[in-house]
Amino acid sequence: MNELVRLQDISFQYDEEADYALKGVSFSIYEGEWLAIVGHNGSGKSTLAKLLNGLQYAQEGTISVDGMLLSEDTVWEVRKKIGMVFQNPDNQFVGTTVQDDVAFGLENHGVAREEMVDRVRHSLEKVKMDQFLDQEPHHLSGGQKQRVAIAGVIALRPNLIILDEATSMLDPRGREEVLDTVRELKQDHQMTVISITHDLEEAAKADRIIVMNKGKLYREGSPAEIFQMDEELVQLGLDIPFPVKMSKLFKEKGIPLTKYHLTEEELVNELWTSHSKM
Amino acid sequence: MMEKMIFGRYVPAQSIIHRMDPRSKLILIFLFVCVVFIANNVYTYAALIIYTFAMILLSKVPVRFIIAGLKPVFLLVIFTLILHLFLTREGAIIFELGPITIYEEGLRQGIFISLRFFLLILMTSILTLTTTPIEITDGLETLLGPLKKVKFPVHELALMMSISLRFIPTLMGETDKIMKAQTARGVDFSGGPIKERVKAVIPLLIPLFVSSFKRAEELATAMEARGYRGGEGRTKYRQLSWRITDTMMLLLLAALSVILILLRT
Ligand SMILES: Nc1ncnc2c1ncn2[C@@H]1O[C@H](COP(=O)(O)OP(=O)(O)OP(=O)(O)O)[C@@H](O)[C@H]1O
Ligand SMILES: [Mg+2]
Repeated sequence: MNELVRLQDISFQYDEEADYALKGVSFSIYEGEWLAIVGHNGSGKSTLAKLLNGLQYAQEGTISVDGMLLSEDTVWEVRKKIGMVFQNPDNQFVGTTVQDDVAFGLENHGVAREEMVDRVRHSLEKVKMDQFLDQEPHHLSGGQKQRVAIAGVIALRPNLIILDEATSMLDPRGREEVLDTVRELKQDHQMTVISITHDLEEAAKADRIIVMNKGKLYREGSPAEIFQMDEELVQLGLDIPFPVKMSKLFKEKGIPLTKYHLTEEELVNELWTSHSKM
Repeated sequence: MMEKMIFGRYVPAQSIIHRMDPRSKLILIFLFVCVVFIANNVYTYAALIIYTFAMILLSKVPVRFIIAGLKPVFLLVIFTLILHLFLTREGAIIFELGPITIYEEGLRQGIFISLRFFLLILMTSILTLTTTPIEITDGLETLLGPLKKVKFPVHELALMMSISLRFIPTLMGETDKIMKAQTARGVDFSGGPIKERVKAVIPLLIPLFVSSFKRAEELATAMEARGYRGGEGRTKYRQLSWRITDTMMLLLLAALSVILILLRT
């Protein structure tokens, strides 16, 4: 797998803050993967996302994106490659209508008008919002607004999308809509996705998970590896997904399962295909 | 309710006036304001009235919307009329009762000036009733474009206007929510003496301000993340297109002013 982003010994401190928001963080992001970043409130996840997009600059360490060293000179190029979707659906909707909002990023990058029209249509089709071209934001649901935000991001054809708790203010249905949209886009365009989330069930579906703790990278691994940590996760202020919890309880009761299951489906499958030995 | 005050103005319809370029509408209104002052006798005012009513017909806006728009200024028009009626002391006396004397010139002036007022308001109502606020913003941005040369922040102002337009409904919704939340805590917004009511507004305004600042900060971050760096090198998605009708409308107004100049005394 090709390396898309590399962070090296990143440390960052907000002005007038005593503690480092990030301290000595290094890791890589590979092309085409779905990376989940989890961690307690204030562990530095959003700060990390802002550094990747050049919204803040690290005091120490370097970030390179697609071979380019991130600096004030390259930041606009980098922002074309990395799209971000934020938590609050309302506070990132700039345009007065859906199509204006999708066009906002394109306008900023000076894309010619004919091409803009094309890309706006296309991106809205991709997120299934092409029926709402002239709709105003206050007539849209949160999930719809987030899908418009995603359309605005993919219109710029980025290599990487960062979702910073993009689904946390949505109801379960809106959440699924948005995540399904991103999954489809990832498949169709070989995009890389970073999903910052408190929802470990969602993280369980990622290719890789990074656990942040107090501004440091605490652990990095596949979902199966991460959920092995078990009680340790709870101590880090994270909640273990229900299927993992269930698997554990089964084991404690002496019911042998082949492994800790990450999704409900897996768990149910093993349960109904296992012969009762009791 | 407040939403209606701001957005209820625009009446969607398919008409020549609706389809006009906002730039030509703005220019038209601006010129009309000047042209109105050419009129000074019955014939010229008659021509102006015919023109204005023709525009109303063309706009296909139901008359009740136009009347609704006139209501708040109606008193002002009446007031102007009365002021002229009693204060002008020229020409023959046409009416006398005790201390009240009304002169012919007073009546004439009063009617003409309130008519002028009335026509101006009608024309501007046609503009706001047939053009969405965002179109007006776009029109102003392009018309004021040359001012960029003297460092006037045209793009920034237009962006501010469009973001305000986008956030008004959001903030209305939020005000409503906070009001309900504070009512549930026992704040009474509905009645009482003025002093009490002003006091009641404070627990409404403070949370609203706090959240607006938070919104503004997040919005700025989101805009920057999407590559916003000021107006330079930016292309525009919304496009204005000047059609033949726009030129025709302006020519029509030119014709009107020629007629007025010929008819005036
Ligand atoms: N604009 C800011 N100014 C000063 N300090 C900040 C700012 N934003 C965040 N911090 C601090 O930096 C640390 C990391 O915050 P960050 O927002 O990155 O956490 P997070 O992991 O995204 O948390 P959450 O899960 O609540 O979103 C926190 O201690 C926070 O108080
Ligand atoms: Mg955060």
